[in-house]
Amino acid sequence: MDALTTAFGMVFQPYVLMVILLSAVYGLFIGAIPGLTATMATALLVPVTFFMAPIPAIAAIVTATAMAIFSGDIPSALLRMPGTPASAAYTDEAYNLTRQGKAELALGAGLVFSVLGGIFGVLVLCLAAPALAEVALKFSSFEYFWLVMLGFTCAIFIAGNDALKGCTSLLIGLLISCVGLENPAGAARYTFGNAELMGGISLIPLMIGMFAMSEVLRFALARVKPEMAIDRPFGNVFAGMWALIRKYPLQLLRGSALGTVVGALPGAGADIAAWMSYAMSKRFSKEPEKFGTGHVEGIVEAGAANNAALGGAWIPALVFGIPGDSITAIAIGVLYMKNMNPGPMLFVENPQNIYAVFIVFMLAQLLMLPLGWLAILAAKRVLRIPAALLMPLILLFCVVGSFAINNSMFGVVVMLLAGLGAFFMERWGFPVAPTILGVVLGTMLEEHFFSSLIKADGQLLPFFERPIAGTLGALTLLIWFWPLVGALRRRLRG
Amino acid sequence: MPLRSIDRLLGLGLGALGAAVFWSARSLPAVPGQKLGAGFLPMLVGAGLVACALGLLWRSWRGGGPDGAQAPTAHARGDIASAAVIAGSVLAYILWADALGFLLIGPLCLLASFLALKVRPLPALGWAIAGTLVVHLAFYKLMRVPLPWGLLRPLY
Repeated sequence: MDALTTAFGMVFQPYVLMVILLSAVYGLFIGAIPGLTATMATALLVPVTFFMAPIPAIAAIVTATAMAIFSGDIPSALLRMPGTPASAAYTDEAYNLTRQGKAELALGAGLVFSVLGGIFGVLVLCLAAPALAEVALKFSSFEYFWLVMLGFTCAIFIAGNDALKGCTSLLIGLLISCVGLENPAGAARYTFGNAELMGGISLIPLMIGMFAMSEVLRFALARVKPEMAIDRPFGNVFAGMWALIRKYPLQLLRGSALGTVVGALPGAGADIAAWMSYAMSKRFSKEPEKFGTGHVEGIVEAGAANNAALGGAWIPALVFGIPGDSITAIAIGVLYMKNMNPGPMLFVENPQNIYAVFIVFMLAQLLMLPLGWLAILAAKRVLRIPAALLMPLILLFCVVGSFAINNSMFGVVVMLLAGLGAFFMERWGFPVAPTILGVVLGTMLEEHFFSSLIKADGQLLPFFERPIAGTLGALTLLIWFWPLVGALRRRLRG
Repeated sequence: MPLRSIDRLLGLGLGALGAAVFWSARSLPAVPGQKLGAGFLPMLVGAGLVACALGLLWRSWRGGGPDGAQAPTAHARGDIASAAVIAGSVLAYILWADALGFLLIGPLCLLASFLALKVRPLPALGWAIAGTLVVHLAFYKLMRVPLPWGLLRPLY
């Protein structure tokens, strides 16, 4: 109880509340501009959070991302351009509603069900994370090893549609994590005599490059002039929302639950949650023929799912240090920077910090209702700002931000190479999420593998002897060999 | 270029990279008292990359791939040049920021990027100067990041 009171005291300070408010405005702005993603918003925030205490730093990231995922719905409805990839699943639906003169319904449903889905995700986070941390306290290196392997497996086989390219992306990430002295033998690996490389490739400039600079390059190649689908002032966006909640309670619950689970799976974030939820909504709808023509049911379910995914992604991030999506991959870097190393011990040693994160999460969801409404009212003005003016400024911010992490030009070099790398990877069909997972978890994988191997005296059987480790190991192997089993069954039947 | 041809080229490149990583990992030292060491993960990664490269080559040779895989869309030369200018401006920053100083290289990089994105010259110049000053204020003054002064050191 003391910890909870302390946590409230940590959050309800003028400085922290101001950070939350400013990051909310920043998140709403970035999310509303097509081409600027929630992950990019996080990556650009990191250099600024570098100079903050831990709680405001986390508060800034949590608030900005929650707001950005919602405000991505605004240009979807008005311009038929998703502000962030998480809104792409129901862009046509929202735009068609606007064209039918129901922009208020599209935007209102996006806002209200984002808030409700977000609150569901946060509640699951608050309940599941401490319970999981209790279990995780008993984990040894064997369990952690299999958790990391399961994370990789999810990112390749579940989140992507091309396992071969997903696997290649993961291996590239692992190769990047090999650079430096941080390995079991303490040997200099792939440093080529360069002192900067001894400490490894710095995560933050890498992320800024992969998620911000690559977007700027993509923008330069694909410039389209969007057309605003509405030229009258907005009416009341909250009208009819209560009726929608009463009409679609199951859709709301199903979207929120699926979103939270998908968010918690490593490698899959809000965008995949929204696509899966939209497909599920259509599959189980009583009126599937209306989907795609301007039907609000899909927005209700997928809009709740993408915001629920944000809370879900923080569950494995806080408890195991395994990111649930690319946003938490960056956030984990920030947690380490702030000496809030993720893991079950964080719940034991500093419960007030964890409670403070939960409070910030809830506060962000509640703030989304009034601020989101203001963002909708301001949308037509904001969307007139040409992205061609913003992109170069973002690039300069990327450059200075990458420099600021270690006050070294090497960070800018890493940012440039990572930006070009991510740009071409996406162009050639290689998913970026497994690479990030490989970079973030490579060191953890190696460390737990070697600890386990030493404990097991070089044998492989002990990797499966403990009940949880055995279950996780069996699950991982099952997912690996499932395609093979399927092919064999087909052949036997044929 | 069709995705299949790109995959074939990438397969060759990744195969060569994987082989190089595997080969170089053999010389890395072991953990004292253990058979394995610093070379273990790179060897796995190298072998994995070679396996994935063979998979890509085999798939592109057979003409397979996941549903919905599409070749990257072709772009106008002007747009490719814009992207190149933007990437080039970061390279220019890396090469000349220390010599010229942030307050000179910043507007130059911004101006080049604005012009590459077809912003009209006069607004581009204004935004380039204003943008640099805002970033300088935020990072140098407020966050105390030691941005280089270069030629303008006398102003420091």
